[in-house]
Amino acid sequence: MFNYVVRRTLQAIPLLILISLILFVILNNAPGGALAPYLQNPHITPADIARLKHNLGLDKPLIYRYFIWLGQLLHGDLGYSTSNSESVLQAIVERLPATLELQISAFVVALAFGLSAGIFAAVRPYSLSDYFITTLAFFGQSMPVFWFALMMQLAFAVHGIQMFGYEIRLPSASLSTYDTFVLSDRLEHLVLPTIVLALLQLALYSRFMRSSMLEVIHTDYMRTAAAKGLDRRTVLFKHGLKNAMIPIVTIVALALPGLVGGAIVTETIFAWPGAGRLFFNALGQSDIALLMGYLLLGAFFVVFSNLLADVAYAWLDPRVKYD
Amino acid sequence: MAVSIPIDQRLAVPEDEVFTKVTVWKRFRRHRLALAGIVVLGFMILVAIFANQLKPYDPNAIDNVHWLGTPLAPGVAHHVLGTDEVGRDLLSRLMFGARISLTVGISATLMEIIIGTILGAIAGYYGGWVDYVIMRITDVFLSIPLLPLLLVLTAIVAASSSKASLSFGVIVIVIGALIWPSAARLVRAQFLSLREREYTEAARAVGNNDARIIFRHLLPNAMAPLIVQATLDVANVIVLESTISFLGFGIQPPTASWGNMLSNAISNLQVAWWAAVFPGLCILVTVLAINYMGDGLRDALDPNMR
Repeated sequence: MFNYVVRRTLQAIPLLILISLILFVILNNAPGGALAPYLQNPHITPADIARLKHNLGLDKPLIYRYFIWLGQLLHGDLGYSTSNSESVLQAIVERLPATLELQISAFVVALAFGLSAGIFAAVRPYSLSDYFITTLAFFGQSMPVFWFALMMQLAFAVHGIQMFGYEIRLPSASLSTYDTFVLSDRLEHLVLPTIVLALLQLALYSRFMRSSMLEVIHTDYMRTAAAKGLDRRTVLFKHGLKNAMIPIVTIVALALPGLVGGAIVTETIFAWPGAGRLFFNALGQSDIALLMGYLLLGAFFVVFSNLLADVAYAWLDPRVKYD
Repeated sequence: MAVSIPIDQRLAVPEDEVFTKVTVWKRFRRHRLALAGIVVLGFMILVAIFANQLKPYDPNAIDNVHWLGTPLAPGVAHHVLGTDEVGRDLLSRLMFGARISLTVGISATLMEIIIGTILGAIAGYYGGWVDYVIMRITDVFLSIPLLPLLLVLTAIVAASSSKASLSFGVIVIVIGALIWPSAARLVRAQFLSLREREYTEAARAVGNNDARIIFRHLLPNAMAPLIVQATLDVANVIVLESTISFLGFGIQPPTASWGNMLSNAISNLQVAWWAAVFPGLCILVTVLAINYMGDGLRDALDPNMR
């Protein structure tokens, strides 16, 4: 097992290097390149540009610059963000807590509700509640996230919803209203973006959980367990769920990167001060170093998730040989 | 994944029936929601084709007579769905938005399928180092989060001249160039098993060249999952295009797209709910219709596929 993990990790390294090379070539062939923000500035003369180019080493061949950049990367230096006037790593790390807060809460919500809805539907196949859940999951998967965000804002922030005699109104922007930490305030702000970010994953998990559970329910060992006289609950959860979860672990690990793209949309619409919004703001300002850093970290996250999926699968399913 | 067909019924299909057109249609017909999907999509396609004849107003014209600075509500001054924030008829813009969404969705998917099929077929048929190189390229593309990469590429194009250069063609090419790897993987996986079949050997033995074997003998047998994938990808591309258009890096105004119609709606959410509701509803209904169609096709073409 240990050897398998080490081997898979080593295989990921050339892939990451290839990704970085391709991203580097694409982004550095962008018109204006890293100096694009200065080109429009009337106070900066062509001579300044030439000097900046020389000082930053931008007059060297592309492949030479790539190795310089790679060397810096290995020292933890992702370059300088022109739109934030600080290092890329610092800019991203500063916003990471807000992003993680949203991502983790969305992930927990998606997992909890998605899996239980899938199980609930699978143990009552072709019942009314099964149709209801599968239809809802289909809607969730077809829903454009940004429009769902707008509708949630329209309902809960602009108008407010009457429910159980209360009017429910939720804030639609930013992390908090107060400067100091107030738990209820922070949670209120978290509700809408969490629902929006969780929706797609939730729908995905519930569909896969349902079909995985349905498949397991028809197996011989489930019939054996029931024939032994075990009660339905034990059969379903101890014998069924444990086996049905194996493919789900893979699905979950492979779906994780979806949160990266979802974060850009959700954070932008809800004015959430996280890394996704940082990326979006950098887009319009040709902040090459920051875009590059974000894409690279995103790719790193994807490769890591894939690795996690393979390792988890090999670990959970004893039939998989990993040597 | 079956939504409305009981599992036992799906398993009851005899094996020799699997690939005839009649049985495919028979099985597809059982999937009621897939049928509804075809009807809805057909309606959308008709509206898109005849947008010019159906439109109540010019989609880019401002209603100078009635518009006084705030969006007109649905029904006011013969605007069935109201107007947007600058007084353009919402229904007419939605009709032309359907054109953009559907053509981007279909063209980018066609590009994906063409590139993906050719590279996937080459990789799966020849194997060896060709396969290795093509698969490493797909690894790279599949490892970079799609939406951010797409946004960066369109932002680069926009920075190269102006945002107006983000034309329909550019959007299609950028999306198509990024999503082909999933189709390539699919075709390769099919070819890896198909090339070992006896009929492939027979085709080779009677002197067919590689191109003929690939296109005449292997590809038709690899079509079923490819058709399903293509259908679902049209829906994915529509969502993708509307997302980048919403964020300002897709189809540029004044050309109406369902996505960019929503970018201004966000600041008018308090005064004009209709401008935010209808374009998104169009996306949802269309995508839902295509996804149900894909689901039905999956059940009809290959009962063992999930």
